[in-house]
Amino acid sequence: MSFTLPELPYEQQALEPYISAKTLDFHYNKHHKGYLDKLNTLVKDTDYEHMELKELIVKAQGDLPIFNNAAQVWNHNFYWSSIQKNGGGKPKEDTLIAKKIKDDLGGFEKFTEMFSEHGVNQFGSGWVWLVLENNKLKITKTSNADLPLTHNQVPLLTMDVWEHAYYLDCQNRRVDYIKVFLDHLINWDFAEENLKRV
Amino acid sequence: MAQTLLKRVSVNHFNMLQIRTKATLPQLTFEYKALEPTISRDIMEIHHTKHHNTYVVNYNNTLEKLQTAVAKDDTATIISLAPALRFNGGGHINHSIFWETLTPSSTKRSGDFEKALVENFGSFEEFKKQLSSASVAVQGSGWGWLGFNPQNKKLTITSCANQDPLYSTTGLIPLFGIDVWEHAYYLQYKNVRADYVNAIFDVINWDAVSKRFADASA
Repeated sequence: MSFTLPELPYEQQALEPYISAKTLDFHYNKHHKGYLDKLNTLVKDTDYEHMELKELIVKAQGDLPIFNNAAQVWNHNFYWSSIQKNGGGKPKEDTLIAKKIKDDLGGFEKFTEMFSEHGVNQFGSGWVWLVLENNKLKITKTSNADLPLTHNQVPLLTMDVWEHAYYLDCQNRRVDYIKVFLDHLINWDFAEENLKRV
Repeated sequence: MAQTLLKRVSVNHFNMLQIRTKATLPQLTFEYKALEPTISRDIMEIHHTKHHNTYVVNYNNTLEKLQTAVAKDDTATIISLAPALRFNGGGHINHSIFWETLTPSSTKRSGDFEKALVENFGSFEEFKKQLSSASVAVQGSGWGWLGFNPQNKKLTITSCANQDPLYSTTGLIPLFGIDVWEHAYYLQYKNVRADYVNAIFDVINWDAVSKRFADASA
C-alpha cells in the first residue's frame, strides 16, 4: 500500500487572480507530489507503510526524512482545504468560529493582525496556523515541516509561507500574499468544520 | 541636574554611534544580467534590491531598537531582539559574501586553495559533490557552506538553516556559501534545486574564494 495524493478541491485556475494556475500547478504537481513520492520511497517495506498518515507523523518524529516528507504531505492536504474560490473576509456571524475568535482572540481585527504578524515573522520556510489548544483558539507558526499535530494542538486552518507558495505571483512581497490569503482565500467553512469536530 | 545633563550627553553620543554603525547594501561589481544564463537578471535584481535590502533595513531597525534598549538598561528587550538580529544581520552577512563570491568572469583557484581542497576532499570534483549534496539537502530555507575551521585548519562543508550566519553558528570562517532559499532560484529553476546548485559552480568567483581562504588561513 502506498500513500496517495488527494485531488485538489478546485480547478487549478480557480483561485486566480489571487493564486495563479501556474503557482498551483507547481505547488501541487511538483512540491506536494514530490513530498508524497519521497515518502512512499522512504516507507516502502517498513512498518510505516501501513499506517494512517496522522499516526505515521506522530510515530516518525525521531525519523527526520520520513517525518519531514509525511508532515509536508499532510500540511499541503490541509492547506488546499484552508483556501477556496471566493473565500476570505470575516467568518459568518452565527458560526462557532466567529464566536471563538471574538472570545479567545479579541475579535476579527485582532485575528487578522496577529495572523499577518506571524506570517511576516516566520523567519524562513514554514506555516502559520489557527489552532485549538486547551479549548482556546491560538495563532502559531511552525518551521519547515513542523505542524500542530505534534504539539497537542488541533489545527483549524493553515497558511503556507514557504516561498514556493507565493514566489511566482508575489516574489519577495510575502505581505501581499498574506493579505490576499486573508481577504480573498481563507476558507472559514473548513475552520468551522474542524472546530465542530473537536 | 548634573545627572540629566549626563544622560542627555550620552544619548547624543549614542545617536552619533548609531549613524556610524548603520549597515548598507553593498554594490555589485557586475550587472544584474551578467550571470545569465546561470542566474537570470530578474532573480539577481530582486535578490539584491529587495531581499538583501530588506535584511539591511530590518537589521538597522533592530540595531536602533537594541541601542535604545541598551541605553535604558532594558535587558528583557535586549534579549528579545536576538532572533531578529540573527535573521536580519545574518541575511546581510550571508548575501554580502554571496555577491562577493559570484562573477561572470573566468577565475582560477589559487595553488594553496586547490591544494587544501585536494587534501581535505580528495579532489575538486569530490568537494563539489559534497557541497552540492549538503546544499540540496537543506530542509526549508538555508545555505550550504564551505568554511575554514581555524582550530584544526581544515576545510569543512556544512549547512545552516534560514539566515543563521556561519561563523556565529559554527565558528567556521565562511569561504563561500550557496543560497538555497527558494528566492535564490525559483523564478528560473522552480522546484528543481539540484539543477540550480549544479549550475552555480559556473559563476563562482574563485579569485575571491581563494583570497578569503588566504585571509582565513593566514
